[in-house]
Amino acid sequence: MDFGFKISPSSAVNLDNVDLSLYDRLHEVEPDIAKCIACGSCSASCPAGRFSGMSMRKVILDLQRGRQKEAVKMLSGCMLCGKCLMVCPRGINTRHLILAICKLYGED
Amino acid sequence: MRERFLTGYNDFVLPFMIGMIFILSYCAIGLIRILKQLPKDDRRRFFISLVTPKTIVKNIRDIFCDCLLHVKIWKRNKLLGYMHSSIAFGWFMLIVIGHIEVFLYVPHRAKLFYYPIFFRYFVAETETTMKGAFFFFLMDFFLLLVLSGIFLAMFKRIRSRMFGMRRTTNPSFLDLIGLYSLWAIFPLRLLAEGFTADISGGSFLTKSLNHILNSFLSDHTNMLPAWWAYSCALGIFFVVLPFTRYMHIPTEILLIPLRNAGIKIRNARKGFAKAQVYSCPSCGLCIDACPMGVMKTHIKDTTVYLNRQLRRNNERRIEEISDKCLLCGKCTAICPVGVEGDKLRIAQRSMRKYAVNPDYSGIDTALLPVSPGLADPSVAADDKVLYFAGCMTALTPSISKAMESILVKAGVGYEFMDKEGGLCCGRPMMMAGRLDQARQMVEKNTEIIRRSGAKTLLLSCPICYRIFKEEYRLEGIEVVHHTVYIRRLIASGRLKVGKTGLSYVFHDPCELGRGCGIYDEPREVLLAAGNLVEASKNRKESICCGGSLGSITLGFDKRKSMTENALSNLTVASPDVIVTACPLCRSTFTRYADRPVEDIAETIDRNV
Repeated sequence: MDFGFKISPSSAVNLDNVDLSLYDRLHEVEPDIAKCIACGSCSASCPAGRFSGMSMRKVILDLQRGRQKEAVKMLSGCMLCGKCLMVCPRGINTRHLILAICKLYGED
Repeated sequence: MRERFLTGYNDFVLPFMIGMIFILSYCAIGLIRILKQLPKDDRRRFFISLVTPKTIVKNIRDIFCDCLLHVKIWKRNKLLGYMHSSIAFGWFMLIVIGHIEVFLYVPHRAKLFYYPIFFRYFVAETETTMKGAFFFFLMDFFLLLVLSGIFLAMFKRIRSRMFGMRRTTNPSFLDLIGLYSLWAIFPLRLLAEGFTADISGGSFLTKSLNHILNSFLSDHTNMLPAWWAYSCALGIFFVVLPFTRYMHIPTEILLIPLRNAGIKIRNARKGFAKAQVYSCPSCGLCIDACPMGVMKTHIKDTTVYLNRQLRRNNERRIEEISDKCLLCGKCTAICPVGVEGDKLRIAQRSMRKYAVNPDYSGIDTALLPVSPGLADPSVAADDKVLYFAGCMTALTPSISKAMESILVKAGVGYEFMDKEGGLCCGRPMMMAGRLDQARQMVEKNTEIIRRSGAKTLLLSCPICYRIFKEEYRLEGIEVVHHTVYIRRLIASGRLKVGKTGLSYVFHDPCELGRGCGIYDEPREVLLAAGNLVEASKNRKESICCGGSLGSITLGFDKRKSMTENALSNLTVASPDVIVTACPLCRSTFTRYADRPVEDIAETIDRNV
């Protein structure tokens, strides 16, 4: 029965059930990922955001929460232009981080 | 001249012959392998270039100037140049004159390989050989030339600074064996020829040595050991040569024709790239040149060590070295043999396999309309200039604002391609080695530019400019960097610039200077606006600002010292303003500079 509205599915992430082994490996390759304060400067300046919904901030958050599929999907819009690198107040090497994710995480 | 031995043979020639046969067959196999590894069309192009008169002349001239005379090293440092050319040219002449002697005096021995090398052992002087005094003199003269070079080479190991080199390469074990055997060859030759100088004749060097050390050298029982030692030194040098840096001697002779044929690196490890790697003489000039050299930990990440690791197939180090580099191209610019350190690294990066492969083919270019410019629409008709600011300029809007203001003041009708955001040009992706992804972006951008009907594409970012020039197929559209365009506007009188008393220094951005060869235009523009002073290292040797997108792994904190080093280089003549023509250099410098840093467009816009 369609009431014209529905309850949105739960977006809760149970961190106990999340496999973060890939994230740990990523952290080894590029320790900068732990520096992120999720300020969103990268997402605001991203030229790819308008085509693919790419947001570096969301990618990092998603990976930390074990939502790899969403992160990888977003990442496939990145043009590697390096604007995020220049605006990051924490000096995170975002380009290396993106390439490292591209190498480690499969699309499945 | 008459022969001393009927057989024309002595056992001491064996070490030399073994070494010679080994190195010749090694080079022949190597040559065939490299040619086989070239892609088919490249190979065809190479063979055609070998029979084209124009390239033949160029090949011969380049081989003579680079391999024998070392003109490029002369230009860099006279002493270093003398050291190299005295050894290379002197040795070459010793071989040539040795052959001439054999042809003149004992022509029936000309087919023996070792005869010209050990000529003085096998012959004795006769009454009629005064004619040969001329050749004796030449032989001794060139031997002295080589010996002076060897002496300088020994001195260079103690004091490389005298030769304009702060740091030199750390030689590997086999390099050292090659080095010592090379050093030994010529003093041993002098000694050996000194023994025979009273039999076969000699000139000012060998004859005098024979007279001075008469009690020792006239004892002919000591003669053979000296010739044996000479032959052994040659033999050892030739046998270790393929595994040392001296492999650059034969490889460079192949590299020059390949380069002149217009061949580019297509495979990271094979063909042309391999020829480049083996052509590296490990001289270490790139160590001093590298902007990363300000931090000692990066010294082993310079091009010379990349080449060494590529020869050793050390994958871990190859990846580390090629990812760290800023791709500023300075090592390529100063390399005396023409090893392209930046392109080699991009090729290594392009070998990587990624699990996630971005795809831009789905992007609808209709979402990216071209915005109208600020100029009066009535003038817009004839010019059809399309201004593409690029990602980096979008982060430094003062540049695009100044550029737009200049265009309006000059009355140029233009359109703005990415005012509301656009696609990346693809160069950063290409630098990361993801060539397929870069090409997709190139296609999308080409689509937008073609649709706009522009005749001129104006760029204010040298990173974009380089890829637009090199990779885009934009026939009929002129791609121009804003420094060149502003100079044209000033020259044609459309832009009147007032001169101020300020002194400017121009920082050559890597991609604009070394990448595209634009050095003079920005300086001419700045001269119209004020006084121009120069940095201590400029043009081809300008130091990267440290902000380059070329480096993948270099973190933010590691770049600071590079930027500070580049700034101190720029401010030696204490300019009032640092001017550059790259948005990335501008924002990197602004972070640490003690004086204003601006883009050339901002400088000019202020003075119009």
